[in-house]
Amino acid sequence: MKTDTIAAVATAMSDSGIGIIRVSGDDAVVVVDRIYRNAKKERVLMKYNSHTIHYGFIVDKDETIVDEVMVSVMRAPRSYTAEDTVEINCHGGILMMQKILALCVWSGARIAEPGEFTKRAFLNGRIDLSKAEAVMDVIHAKSEFALQSSVKQLKGSVSDIINKMREEIIYEIAYIESALDDPEHFDLESEGYGDKLLIIVDRLKEHIQSLIQSADDGRMLSEGIRTVIVGKPNAGKSSLLNKLVGQERAIVTEIAGTTRDILEERVSIDGIIFRILDTAGIHSTEDVVEKIGVEKAKSAVEEADLVLYVIDSSIALDDDDKDIFNIIQDKNTLILLNKSDLSIRVTEEDIYSFAAIVQKPNSSTGISKSGEEKNGDKYQNRIIRTSMREKDGIELFLKTVKEMFFHGNIVYNDEVYITNMRHKEAFEEAYDSLVKVKETIICQMPEDFYTIDLMNAYEKLGLIIGESVEDDLVNEIFGKFCMGK
Amino acid sequence: MEKCMSIGNKNQIREKYDVCVVGAGHAGCEAALACARLGLETIIFTVSVDSIALMPCNPNIGGTSKGHLVREIDALGGEMGRNIDKTFIQSKMLNKSKGPAVHSLRAQADKAEYTRHMRKVLENQEHLTIKQAEVCELLTESYDGYSESGKSVATKIITGVKTFTGAVYECQAVILCTGTYLKARCLCGEAITYTGPNGLQPANHLTDSLKSLGIEIRRFKTGTPARMDGRTIDYSKMEEQFGDERVVPFSFSTNPEDVQIEQVSCWLTYTNEKTHEIIKDNLDRSPIYAGIIEGTGPRYCPSIEDKVVKFADKERHQVFIEPEGIHTNEMYVGGMSSSLPEDVQLAMYRTVPGLENCKIVRNAYAIEYDCINPRQLYPTLEFKDIKGLFSGGQFNGSSGYEEAAAQGLIAGINASLTIFGKKPIVLDRSQAYIGVLIDDLVTKENLEPYRMMTSRAEYRLLLRQDNADLRLREIGYEVGLVSKELYESTLCKKKLIAQEVQRLKNTVIGAAKENQDFLTSHGSSTLKTAATLAELICRPELNYELLAEIDFARKPLPCDVVEQTEIEIKYEGYIERQLRQVEQYKKMESKKIPADLDYNDISSLRLEARQKLIAYQPVSVGQASRISGVSPADISVLLVYLEHFSHKKNVLYKEI
Repeated sequence: MKTDTIAAVATAMSDSGIGIIRVSGDDAVVVVDRIYRNAKKERVLMKYNSHTIHYGFIVDKDETIVDEVMVSVMRAPRSYTAEDTVEINCHGGILMMQKILALCVWSGARIAEPGEFTKRAFLNGRIDLSKAEAVMDVIHAKSEFALQSSVKQLKGSVSDIINKMREEIIYEIAYIESALDDPEHFDLESEGYGDKLLIIVDRLKEHIQSLIQSADDGRMLSEGIRTVIVGKPNAGKSSLLNKLVGQERAIVTEIAGTTRDILEERVSIDGIIFRILDTAGIHSTEDVVEKIGVEKAKSAVEEADLVLYVIDSSIALDDDDKDIFNIIQDKNTLILLNKSDLSIRVTEEDIYSFAAIVQKPNSSTGISKSGEEKNGDKYQNRIIRTSMREKDGIELFLKTVKEMFFHGNIVYNDEVYITNMRHKEAFEEAYDSLVKVKETIICQMPEDFYTIDLMNAYEKLGLIIGESVEDDLVNEIFGKFCMGK
Repeated sequence: MEKCMSIGNKNQIREKYDVCVVGAGHAGCEAALACARLGLETIIFTVSVDSIALMPCNPNIGGTSKGHLVREIDALGGEMGRNIDKTFIQSKMLNKSKGPAVHSLRAQADKAEYTRHMRKVLENQEHLTIKQAEVCELLTESYDGYSESGKSVATKIITGVKTFTGAVYECQAVILCTGTYLKARCLCGEAITYTGPNGLQPANHLTDSLKSLGIEIRRFKTGTPARMDGRTIDYSKMEEQFGDERVVPFSFSTNPEDVQIEQVSCWLTYTNEKTHEIIKDNLDRSPIYAGIIEGTGPRYCPSIEDKVVKFADKERHQVFIEPEGIHTNEMYVGGMSSSLPEDVQLAMYRTVPGLENCKIVRNAYAIEYDCINPRQLYPTLEFKDIKGLFSGGQFNGSSGYEEAAAQGLIAGINASLTIFGKKPIVLDRSQAYIGVLIDDLVTKENLEPYRMMTSRAEYRLLLRQDNADLRLREIGYEVGLVSKELYESTLCKKKLIAQEVQRLKNTVIGAAKENQDFLTSHGSSTLKTAATLAELICRPELNYELLAEIDFARKPLPCDVVEQTEIEIKYEGYIERQLRQVEQYKKMESKKIPADLDYNDISSLRLEARQKLIAYQPVSVGQASRISGVSPADISVLLVYLEHFSHKKNVLYKEI
């Protein structure tokens, strides 16, 4: 019996070093063959013997090299799943693995269900029967987790849009079906229904297209690397945020203390999703509203995966900076010496010595005798001179952030990326279904053919928000249309 | 026992049959005929012989998706199709402008003729005995047999039935087709009568016997509109509705020439604001809105008061005036079923154009009745807990003559096969509407009487009414209800279709002038390179018939072969997609779950899933996956467990 081919990242996504993507199923070799080229750029995977490992490249649709890899081919039944299996050893890091996994999907695999490799291995007799209990637990736990995180990670506004689209789709299906069920009651032709539906389908397609894009740049998710921008008022924090987001969002003025609350934005930098909080400038203040802002900034830092400390390098460091160094001392931090276009009054050395002064009240465990020096060292290679106005240093900043991520300096739960890919996959399938609906209408097929792919689109969109189809259609028909004798 | 006040002791009649069928409605008739035709001594009980195959509600057979059921019944060797072909007075193929999957045949029946004709068939059926009697009690013994898949969950086995008079009929199988008769209660406003449909005697005793056997009973409701004296209707105010010029028979074995009869007309009129006003003003007198009715009614067949309340923005509703037969003046008022009091009914009907002076012959009424939660049944329609007990029709929580007949037929076939020691048949969702119907009944949570709809069939493009014979004749033949001759004619038809499809796919048409002219004359774009005839048929503006002009090698073929050929080619892409889906579906259906599997052993199942699986006891992983509340992850867990389980079992058997 033919089994479909599944793909998944077999190693933790954010680990450094090597990442492994595993592809299993009847078409595993075919799937990878489409995207693998040997050292001579030849397409040869199909010819390789079982249980051999090869050096080569993964290429994308345009034959552009994506990564340098080692690929091992294991033909059925001598593999983990007892199916044809190909493992791609690529460079570690979220970006690469996500890209290669996406290429596998493009090439014909689908993303594995939670625990699916284990399930297949078991069903194909590769896992000892006595482990059945454990296998079932793995499936149960993984899928529960995936389900929860899928719904949790989805932004509320996205679920609203999906729900709205599904409502619209099921209404149209019910409309057609009630007309088919009670033809003496409803007459589709005289209304020119096909043309009407065409407009709706086009609109839905547009919506989905933009959702696919938001899946690409991570805007669909509520999760991401929690990044907090801190600094004194008017250091250029909001300007940094705006640079990253690519649009003027936070109010940026010359007046210190304009950002009184916390702004949040989701940004994807080469596939890495950052959830960036811009905070009010931290300084001792009597202003009540600002004070609240400062408190919020402090607690935001506590939960941050990454802190971006923006310093106005044209103004000397002061007590407020001391406070900030204090708040961020245990955090993964990148310092931006901003306003490098103005006269520079803060140097890297100033930072090291300033950071070193900061006392560690609770950390007298004596990790090191030269604790003070250590504290300063933390910022080695973590200081970048920038000018938001002149756009200087931004590239270097982005590169540094990516490196920190790929080298595992920023540790982050990788489930969110898988979820995002699943969502994208579902959106793409829904989109394809709507394209088919359109074709059906244009080819002048009878109306009962419209519902086939409309229903598929409805189902796929449901997957994203964790809804199945069940009796939705029948309920919609009876609820919205007056049927029967 | 007090519950069955029958006369007991030694003077009672005691007879022996193979099968007892309880009820002679549309389900009972098919069940009894199937058993008797398969050679089993069968007795069919009815509270009144005059009510055999009675049509107590609408005077038609078929309609969207129901027409499919009738075709399937016919292909399997059932009687309904043949009976309506002999007794219809108007016939129409619905949805003709739509795709072939939703074409549906519907015929107006001469009710009296339909009943009389079916009765004649029953009376002349060898091995079949008709008995007017009320069955009050099911007789069972305890059972602990082993089935092939291990231990059966059944704890009882049927041994016979007992009637009100105390007579005992021993048997190996009982098929319950009690329709709307169990503890029936009819409501017409404040007037409540404890009768079955049409004022017939209800069956008040059997429910208690069922309950004492542990069967879960529920109460459903349905309704019917008034019948008018046709002489009091002014048809000039209505739109006349004709039958088709060329009538297509229901049965594949009916000669199409035999059904080209003179047809009667139906009439269309509408309710209006005045009608709705009267209804709204009197809602407090409606037993539904007054809370007197306890049964759950169907949403797809709402009473006129329901329509007015739930769809308040609609200015009018359609009303179809349909003849009840040739030899009667009575007219059925389709679209206006009601349980309002008599005086309100009359006032309300008289607001409808054409009915201003109408006289009501029979009042509209709602009827409540006992039925079962069908999840107690296997897809074979046998009770899981009681071996040899089968059921079909409205008793199973469905509604409609066709749905009933379909289940009756399957129950009859499976009761017989079980007695013969053969494997029962289960039609799956990819094979037949009957499969969808039964699977939905036994797998889904049905909170209202279930009606067939084409949208319930996920593979509806494959389950067309036009190919029911191609899908099911073979099964009917293997069961023994379809003659060898009919079966062979189906095989021959299949062959002709395949050959013609191949021929059209292989015949290449060049860009010669006469071909281009032909295309231009039919508004079709001209050929740039050669194309096959099949490719041309796929064009929306062309079809098989038109292509005759340029298809010189064509040989004359029967219409039904041409029809199938054209459908197969024109919709090939869609059909193939569904076939691929069916492949996936079948994988899961073929993974069987042993009857004695203890879901409590599977700790990784979510609690909700475990409870549902215990309640429904699905027979396959496919069925399990359709139970609401069972997630894909639960199915994965189940698959792993089954693998483990089957291995354990094998080891166990080897040890024994």
